Amino acid sequence: MMKAEPWQKAEIPGPKKALVITKPEVVVAMIKRAKRPILIAGSKVAEIDIAGEKLIDYVIKLAKAGKIPVVATAHTVGEFLKRGFKPDGFMPIVDIANRLKDPEWEGLDGNGPYDLALFIGMQYYVEWLILSGLKHFAGGLKTLTLDGVYHPHASWSFPTLSIEDWAKNLRVIIEKMEAGM
Amino acid sequence: MKKTRIRIDELKSDFATIKGLELSVGRVIEEEWEEPIGPTPFPSITDLREWDLKLLKRYKPFYMPFCDVCCLCTFGKCDLTGDKRGACGLNMPAQQSRIVLLACCIGAATHIGHARHLVDHLIEKFGRRTPINVGGTNVEVEAPVTRLVCGIRPRTLGDLEEVLDYLEEQLTHLLSVTHTGQEGSNIDFESKVFHAGMIDQVGMEIADIAQISAYGFPRADPDAPLVELGFGVVDREKPVIMVIGHNVPPAIEIVDYLNDLGLLGEVEVVGLCCTAHDVTRYNPKAKIVGPISWQLRAIRSGIPDVIVVDEQCIRADALVEAQKIHAPLIAASEKNCLGLENRTDDDPDKIVDDLVNGKVPGVLILDPEKVGEVAVKVALKVAPKRKKFKVIPDVSEVIEGSKRCRQCNECRRACPNDLPIPAAIKAAAGGNLDKLNELYDDCIGCARCEHACPENLPIHSFIVKAAEKKMKEETFKVRAGRGAIQDIEIRKVGGPIVLGEIPGIIAFVGCANYPKGGREIAEMAMEFAKRRYIVVTSGCAAMSAGMYKNEEGKTPYEMFPGDFDAGCLLNVGSCVSNPHIAGAAIKIASIFARRNLRGNYEEIADYVLNRVGAVGVAWGAMSQKAASIASGFWRLGVPVVVGPHGLKYRRMLLGRADREEDWYVYDARTGKKVYVGPTPEHLFYAAETKEEAMVMIAKLCMRPNDTTKGRAIKLTHYIDLHKRLYGTMPEDIHLFVRTLADLPVTMKDEITKILKEKGWKETVIPDPTLLPRLIRKSEA
Ligand code: SF4
Ligand code: SF4
Ligand code: SF4
Repeated sequence: MMKAEPWQKAEIPGPKKALVITKPEVVVAMIKRAKRPILIAGSKVAEIDIAGEKLIDYVIKLAKAGKIPVVATAHTVGEFLKRGFKPDGFMPIVDIANRLKDPEWEGLDGNGPYDLALFIGMQYYVEWLILSGLKHFAGGLKTLTLDGVYHPHASWSFPTLSIEDWAKNLRVIIEKMEAGM
Repeated sequence: MKKTRIRIDELKSDFATIKGLELSVGRVIEEEWEEPIGPTPFPSITDLREWDLKLLKRYKPFYMPFCDVCCLCTFGKCDLTGDKRGACGLNMPAQQSRIVLLACCIGAATHIGHARHLVDHLIEKFGRRTPINVGGTNVEVEAPVTRLVCGIRPRTLGDLEEVLDYLEEQLTHLLSVTHTGQEGSNIDFESKVFHAGMIDQVGMEIADIAQISAYGFPRADPDAPLVELGFGVVDREKPVIMVIGHNVPPAIEIVDYLNDLGLLGEVEVVGLCCTAHDVTRYNPKAKIVGPISWQLRAIRSGIPDVIVVDEQCIRADALVEAQKIHAPLIAASEKNCLGLENRTDDDPDKIVDDLVNGKVPGVLILDPEKVGEVAVKVALKVAPKRKKFKVIPDVSEVIEGSKRCRQCNECRRACPNDLPIPAAIKAAAGGNLDKLNELYDDCIGCARCEHACPENLPIHSFIVKAAEKKMKEETFKVRAGRGAIQDIEIRKVGGPIVLGEIPGIIAFVGCANYPKGGREIAEMAMEFAKRRYIVVTSGCAAMSAGMYKNEEGKTPYEMFPGDFDAGCLLNVGSCVSNPHIAGAAIKIASIFARRNLRGNYEEIADYVLNRVGAVGVAWGAMSQKAASIASGFWRLGVPVVVGPHGLKYRRMLLGRADREEDWYVYDARTGKKVYVGPTPEHLFYAAETKEEAMVMIAKLCMRPNDTTKGRAIKLTHYIDLHKRLYGTMPEDIHLFVRTLADLPVTMKDEITKILKEKGWKETVIPDPTLLPRLIRKSEA
């Protein structure tokens, strides 16, 4: 069942709600179109199992395929390193959000502000609040959540998906990115 | 302002007789006290604004609105998305900071109201002249926060009234600021948030020093008795009186009444939340069931024969739940009448009859002594009838009920911790309760799942049943709240703390809205105690810190001494005992560094911010009181870390380590501006995980004043924790190294390499201050 309803039912957002991503190709197009995308991987990426793999493995494939810089939040950097992948940065979620909000922040590499932030693998309420902060206060930034639940405070979000559909979507995104499409 | 005081002991005239009339105009400024009065005694809501602006310039608010609208007045709802403004002209940052201010006003009002009730009651019972005594000759600075803020030193219970008058006045002003069309700037709202936090600290201090003095709670005692803690410690064979809340007089009267009858020990007095802390400070035979969020499971388990609720953090459905287990309920506070009939003036035996015979489910009694008598008599009579009647289903009921589950996910979507309830229920339907049992550890006991379930399954009770064995084995110890820190302890540790050789003071405080159960508190507390930090606890966190056993069966409070010293773990007491923690930081400035305290807030806060490596951790912060407690720490320059649910306070106060210009202080010796690195990096910050929090706690203990030896010790802990929990070296070490002497010896080569890569430059260690007026005046 695909529903554009917040996962935690009492989390009512207000007038401005995320556009619903109906197919994974939309995500690919958004990433392609972005000049400076960044991927924020939360504390649960190494905990969540999807279709026999950990979410973190999808994140690594996606980051490699799309050459997207990754920021690991909380203590997740260690999990990436264990898998032989070095994130471009690691810092608390509030720190990366606070920097993304700042139009003068030159990014992890000093090459200028990001225009698209992809989020994945946080506690629902944590991501909810962080996305809200960015929606209201990070004017030049679009946010896209790759989580399998609807996040109305993002600019774009999947509806709430079954685990299987979520995994399928992520796989399609990775394949298309790998194929350079 | 000087105070004019007119006292008329007795006046007789043709019209009337007046006795003991006291009139006063203005405030008394004590003249015998040789300590000079500082610039801001009894500060108004703007007197410390300059200091606040300094903090807020460095630690800027980051707002995270829950929703896009404001609905506070009938102009609304207003959509404040992005840079829109509401009908009154307010924008989103101001609205968010206004909500924070409202929360802090609620929190401060709760403590100050509590303090007022307590002081009134204690004056009535013990007299206005009852001396303030929180530690005999061991504690000369009896009320550091009150001295600092108000510039007075209270000698008797009566002296506290003047302070309360001031607090109530400030609170009224602060609350008025949240009205439509008042403050328009978010930064000024934030400054007022700090003010609310500061007066809250005073209010809590007043409450605690009053109750310590009058009731003889442990007076700054490192060896305060160990008291029993946990579900398993309650003797269910005996009649049980369960007290819940924060304002202790009714619970104390219960203990006294039992004592008078010689029945203490025959009847169990057990508590949840701060009333439990405070009743064990009065009599260590009372027992603590656990933190506030365990109310529901405690009631449903059928343990209490009578429930006495006073105020704060009590479930609004306590009466409904009490009725389910046929336990009468006595409401004992004006703040929480629960719709019950006021029986304060009735004959106690009549009230007892009505409760025992089930004529009424509960009563309101606003006289603590009468509560004591009624509760005891009811417990004795009800216990044999109730036979510990409970509403926890048996295993077959759990299995049968679970078979009705539709796997609709509504429970999980209502659960604050997103617990995998449907999967656990599915397993239970197949006869396996293990998964339900696992949920118990992370469940905060809110019952939102039950209200969401279309099949009305009592999910929380299912979880409790599945974990029954585990619950009964919960038998721990916590040291009764010791209250203040002794002056002599401050003299001993002041130097090592300010120089950085004791790596920090970590205070685990606040509520039990934990993301992954209370065990994380015990784990963090033990880790830092082993590393020889000073670990302080209070409130529900103090209970959770005790809920662990090592191989020898020892609990943390038995493993670590209760002194205010390196490698110790000390419980100061209930929520209102928190100011002893702030007070310790303040006393370091006054007793160790000999700074004047009196009405000298800004200078002392500057001292604490730059020199005292203290960090507050409210891992399960839930309440508005927790918000105001945190804000009291912020203004004083003590950073606060909260758990992920703490993001729901909707704003953080974050430093930017990458902005060099934010981290300059004056060197008081020369007046030059010196870069000191992000020390401390944040003022209010939420971590996603325990591991992240631990690394940040260690980092936030660094202060500009650390000596090279102290900084090396602090860096060692930071790097060590980072390597262990993050699996790699920190990337910001260069920001914390001032000279090569700061480097931990064992890591010298590794770090020197990093410093080279980062283009690090040596700098000086200043005599740090943010206040230009202190240049060349510093004594430190
Ligand atoms: S207080 Fe202001 S923003 Fe809020 S509803 Fe009223 S007019 Fe709108
Ligand atoms: S009672 Fe426990 S399982 Fe149920 S919603 Fe609350 S935290 Fe989740
Ligand atoms: S809400 Fe009730 S019916 Fe639905 S999944 Fe949860 S337990 Fe089953």
